[in-house]
Amino acid sequence: MSHIVEMKSIRKEFPGVVACDDIDFHLKKGEIHALLGENGAGKSTLMNILFGLYQPDNGIIKLRGEVVNISNPNIANDLGIGMVHQHFKLVHNFTVTENIILGLEPTRGLTIDIKRAREKIIELSKRYNLNINPDAKIEDVSVGMQQRVEIIKMLYRDAEILIFDEPTAVLTPQEVQELTKIMHSLINEGKTIILITHKLREIMSIADRCTVIRWGKVIGTVNVSETSEEKLAEMMVGRKVIFDLDKRAASPAEEILSLESLTVENRDGGHGLKNFSLGVKCGEIVGLAGVDGNGQAELVEAVIGLRKPDGGKILLHGEDISNLSIRERIEKGVAHIPEDRHKHGLVLDYTVQENLVIKNYYLPPYSARGLLNWDNIYEHAERVIKDFDVRSGQGADATARSLSGGNQQKAIVGREIDGNPDLLVAVQPTRGLDVGAIEYIHQRLLEQRDQGKAVLLISLELDEILDLSDRIAVIYNGELVGIVNAAETDENEVGLMMAGGRRGAAV
Amino acid sequence: MKTKARVKKDFTMSFFAILLGMLAGSVLMAVTGNNPLEGFIYLFRGGLMNIERIGNTLATATPLIFAGLSVAFAFKTGLFNIGGAGQMLIGGLCATAIGLTFDLPKPLLLTMIVFGSLVGGALWASLPGLLKARFNVHEVVSTIMMNWIAYWTVYYIVPQYFKGPFLETESQRIPESASLKVPWLTELFNGSYINLGIFLAIIFVVISALILERTTLGYELKAVGYNRDAAEAAGINVNRNIVLSMAIAGALAGLGGATFYVGFASNMQIGVLPAQGFDGIAVALLGANSPWGVFGAAVFFGLLHTGKGFMNAMTAIPPEIADTIIATIIYFAATSVLIERNWDRIRKINFGSLVPGKGKNTLEAESGGDE
Ligand SMILES: Nc1ncnc2c1ncn2[C@@H]1O[C@H](COP(=O)(O)OP(=O)(O)OP(=O)(O)O)[C@@H](O)[C@H]1O
Ligand SMILES: [Mg+2]
Repeated sequence: MSHIVEMKSIRKEFPGVVACDDIDFHLKKGEIHALLGENGAGKSTLMNILFGLYQPDNGIIKLRGEVVNISNPNIANDLGIGMVHQHFKLVHNFTVTENIILGLEPTRGLTIDIKRAREKIIELSKRYNLNINPDAKIEDVSVGMQQRVEIIKMLYRDAEILIFDEPTAVLTPQEVQELTKIMHSLINEGKTIILITHKLREIMSIADRCTVIRWGKVIGTVNVSETSEEKLAEMMVGRKVIFDLDKRAASPAEEILSLESLTVENRDGGHGLKNFSLGVKCGEIVGLAGVDGNGQAELVEAVIGLRKPDGGKILLHGEDISNLSIRERIEKGVAHIPEDRHKHGLVLDYTVQENLVIKNYYLPPYSARGLLNWDNIYEHAERVIKDFDVRSGQGADATARSLSGGNQQKAIVGREIDGNPDLLVAVQPTRGLDVGAIEYIHQRLLEQRDQGKAVLLISLELDEILDLSDRIAVIYNGELVGIVNAAETDENEVGLMMAGGRRGAAV
Repeated sequence: MKTKARVKKDFTMSFFAILLGMLAGSVLMAVTGNNPLEGFIYLFRGGLMNIERIGNTLATATPLIFAGLSVAFAFKTGLFNIGGAGQMLIGGLCATAIGLTFDLPKPLLLTMIVFGSLVGGALWASLPGLLKARFNVHEVVSTIMMNWIAYWTVYYIVPQYFKGPFLETESQRIPESASLKVPWLTELFNGSYINLGIFLAIIFVVISALILERTTLGYELKAVGYNRDAAEAAGINVNRNIVLSMAIAGALAGLGGATFYVGFASNMQIGVLPAQGFDGIAVALLGANSPWGVFGAAVFFGLLHTGKGFMNAMTAIPPEIADTIIATIIYFAATSVLIERNWDRIRKINFGSLVPGKGKNTLEAESGGDE
């Protein structure tokens, strides 16, 4: 048998939904096998079953030809299966080494043999070019580094089958390139990789085969060399996907947001914001392009009110809002799609309907005289769920935690757009979304613009910035490098500016 | 609305905790050479056998209900209120002081006592709340310190202003008009300790449940408890909610103090922190932090406390066994995380065995897992 993993008619039901509907999945040794499907299709669930986090209701798993029962992740580890989850699972105030050996501490007598572990980590890091500092604390390192820690954690456990659940969603384009290299070197060392991603281009460039899942069912497995992005998208969504946006020229009006020499002191290793001035007009989308960590986070936090600026002014409709509370700003029409959906976006233990009113539960029609009106809250949730296609087993009653990553994102985006804000600060609004959902969200953002609302778009995806924005502001080192019209620029120019080059300097 | 499955799960877990606790108690009884069945029969009869004992069970449960509500309420906002004992003392002190100072008709005096203890407890607990909100002082530390401040405050004030006629260490007895005991209730329950406090407790169970499930206040408190960052980003005033949550928790404990010192008892001893303040943590845990769960858990503990004397009198089993059972239940309630982790399996076993086809499947999977 050349198949290293065979999953046969795997079935998993959650209340109200069949996450895996008799799925067959075969993995060949030494391949990179992509798993593609809409948000909520069941990809993470299937892989969590292979990793022993969930028990299937039905079906068998064969590993190297033998039936195995993977009842918990420790067994998966013993069988040589490792997984990097959609949301990392690292202890933040532990060092890299401590995180890696957690759960299988090498002992010498009664003491933990940290030294030996450290050496092994350094050796692995060299072999796969992971560039890891074993003594750094997790809270001090970048997301890309955290991911490499997760990777080395698998290698440390001698995993041969490596599962990556949306590894590139949180990475900068540069980090994605590094990850691609790492994956190739892993394959050269004889490993096998399962890769979940929504980015078709990535599948085309690094995967050998691709299995497409829709509503818990396998649609088919194709050789990547014999397919195209369009075909994959069609298999996944069940209809043709239009990649080109229907974007008319903007008709910007008066300025709604004006940042005047805004200064925010540097925050944990970031660059802070220095004397930053920018205007956003009603009826336009302004994209903020930049390499991660160049002051974007500080800018966003200052605008929505999570951080007090150290200098300068933030004007909304000409009125200084720098000293207003977060709620007052929300009431003045500022909405925010946060970068970290689990930290700032959702109360995971609240239901979807509760989450969808988190910014206006205290206003009619959701409450009156301090009493919540559950009927109206429910109705509102039903509408947003329908408009934004938020899929879950129990609809408005599902806890946010039980939603798939992409559907959590859709719920947040839906909530913020549904409020019809004057100014929407959208940070990575389509992170983790499938192509169909991205198409829809992009349309909705353009609609906002066409209705005379303003959008400030912060994204690490240059494509997204170029496609959606009317004007692009480039930030580097906490300073404004320049502003260009989206229609008159291209990837190269913006890319150069992102590296700090002034406009026109390197043409 | 809240999913029913969650409630059922919490209930089942508390039920398991009780079952395991009683099992451990049985083992202890057996090991010490007694008949567990007999022991439990006397234990429960001691708490339930006649109307008087039922009254005593409810009377014992009353301060526990309040203390449990207090812990549960704070916990919903992510705060661990260990200051229940001190807040009860202050509530009790306010009640006693009002009862001994004013000579007014009973309905008016009781109303004042209720409000006085409520406000006293609330103010007392809002101090740690403020410290947390302002200076990020951990509430576990500050509420424990507040317990001792309350302890010494009572130690000073009672002998100084309300000294009893015979003993330095206790206050005067409160007049009949200041007691939550009323003749018709006492007679109804054949002379038991039961008092108006139980009605007050039920009213506040209902109020707490309403606040948590139906009001914007409850929505905010829980949002802060579940995810502070998200609540803040959504515009909720986190610090205000922390202070408010502590104040409400303190008000509940303060009322519990009133029901204890001018209901169950009729004077205040100095030099003791009421154990109920701490038992409230266990009650909240077993009641899964839900108001009605707290009510059930408190009544159950009240039953054990009332029944253990009778068990001791009728058998050779020492009353400490009842305490051990309580402790074991607490232990299992606390480790309910383990049960929760295996919840899927437990559920499958329960329901699986009822459905022939599925049950077989599950058993196979189970035995496979053991290899
Ligand atoms: N623990 C759970 N409880 C209830 N429902 C769940 C649970 N986990 C997943 N689901 C449901 O199962 C379905 C599949 O979820 P899954 O996370 O596998 O999707 P996915 O394909 O990984 O999507 P995404 O691309 O958004 O990450 C979803 O409808 C989700 O709501
Ligand atoms: Mg997923």
